[in-house]
Amino acid sequence: MILFDSVSKKYSRSTTALDDINLKVEDGEYVFLVGPSGAGKTTILRLLIRDLLPNHGTILLDDWEINKLPVRKLPYLRRKVGFVFQDFKLLSDRTVAENIAVSLEILGKSRSDIDRRIDEVLKIVHLDSKENHFIGQLSYGEQQRVAIGRAIAGEAKILLADEPTGNLDPKTSWEILKIISDINKSGTTVVMATHNVDIVNSLKKRVVVLSSGKIVRDEHKGKYS
Amino acid sequence: MNTRENILNMTKNRSVSSISFFQRLRRTPYQSIAAIFMIFITLFVMGVFLFIAGGLSGILTYFESKPQLTVFFKDEKDKASIDTLIDKLKATGRVATYKYISKDQALAIYREQNKNDPLLLEMVTADILPASLEISATSPEYLSGLADIVKKEPGIDEVVFQKDVVDTLVSWTSTVRKIGIVFIFFLFISTFFILFTSIGMKIALKKEEIEILKLVGATPWYIRKPFIYEGVTYGLMGATGAWVIVSVIMLYLSPFITSFLKGIPALPLLEMSGFTLQIWPFSPAIFLLLWVVLLLSGLIIGLFSSLVAVSRYLRY
Repeated sequence: MILFDSVSKKYSRSTTALDDINLKVEDGEYVFLVGPSGAGKTTILRLLIRDLLPNHGTILLDDWEINKLPVRKLPYLRRKVGFVFQDFKLLSDRTVAENIAVSLEILGKSRSDIDRRIDEVLKIVHLDSKENHFIGQLSYGEQQRVAIGRAIAGEAKILLADEPTGNLDPKTSWEILKIISDINKSGTTVVMATHNVDIVNSLKKRVVVLSSGKIVRDEHKGKYS
Repeated sequence: MNTRENILNMTKNRSVSSISFFQRLRRTPYQSIAAIFMIFITLFVMGVFLFIAGGLSGILTYFESKPQLTVFFKDEKDKASIDTLIDKLKATGRVATYKYISKDQALAIYREQNKNDPLLLEMVTADILPASLEISATSPEYLSGLADIVKKEPGIDEVVFQKDVVDTLVSWTSTVRKIGIVFIFFLFISTFFILFTSIGMKIALKKEEIEILKLVGATPWYIRKPFIYEGVTYGLMGATGAWVIVSVIMLYLSPFITSFLKGIPALPLLEMSGFTLQIWPFSPAIFLLLWVVLLLSGLIIGLFSSLVAVSRYLRY
């Protein structure tokens, strides 16, 4: 469960990213965060892994109060969440398999468990033929799938995705979306920030619309506009 | 091997662990080589110094355990008057041990010492070697009293205090130790800064990777571990290199040391409850001890430098 209670975030005195946000996401939900650039979508996601701290309010992730979490517990918070970054944040000097392995090594999994899980993840993200390719040898869509693979490898119960279809052609976007939908069907909570009108409108999931740091609409089985 | 086999093989040997030390070494070879070489130099100097200091200390122990006063007699001094002198010295109660060496025994000792040099053997007969008496006192402070008794006797050629030799050696050993310790201390300081800078630069180069690892939930230890391993590996590589080179040099110098220490069969380094470790002649035990000392020193300098570097440059 994710809960934002009266959360505000200012980057400077004149730049308000979020203004009194109240939002609750139940386990297993699929939520789209939509809105124009600068609306506060990415800020919400970054607050959830405490890459940022709010100025006011409380953020809960399960029973963890994120804004009061001691720094030493930060890695354990981030392991509870799989994050697909807008700019992928992949390790360019490592292969596809090694990038996925990172999130499993961090969890302290055994070598055989890591190997087994990599095989499973590579199948899920359709990259089984490219496991030994370096990141620079992959297309944008393939890199996006590696990022998703890394985010789901640790079997976190929450997946946060920041514009996972940005810069991708429609066909690849749908492939990525199919992967994320399958992950959601297996019980993982998905919160996705996106600009993609077609995807939001056709999936008919919960849509939270943000504008200038405020929630202006929150509809189940909603549409972009 | 066809392509499919190749792929299968790659899959089998899939490297899922963090990038290995040797991959890092290959990517930044000059910094790594500089760091390893600096540790090598430091530990090499330390190894050589340990041998010199250990040898001097062994020589010192050897002389300290030897008769501390040697009396050389003139040819006219007969055995009976020497026996009278011995009785007189024993009567003081200050003589621990004594040993009379006749002209013939002196020749035998001389021959043993120079058995490989026929030219020296030909030129010497028992006549030209003096008879002598080696006296060890129960305490060093009685030596001058015993020497006074001896000097009053007729037929004495020379009285040699082993104490003089020992005093000179003590001062030499102490000087060598002081110079060595200061020199090695400065080498260790330089090594620390080179290692610290080298690891610090590597951390800076991997800033982006470190940020990503933090975002996906890596603990500080997971991120720091490779850098600490790297420092320790430098230390152990430098130590092993230094050990190999010092050992080879020492073994190479072995014949020269034999001729330099002519007449001294063994030099003790440690004597503990019946166990004696000799620094000379060289034994596997002494090289093993050197290896352990250098390895530990390399480990400590590598570990310390990398720990300081990660705590300075890798704040969570």
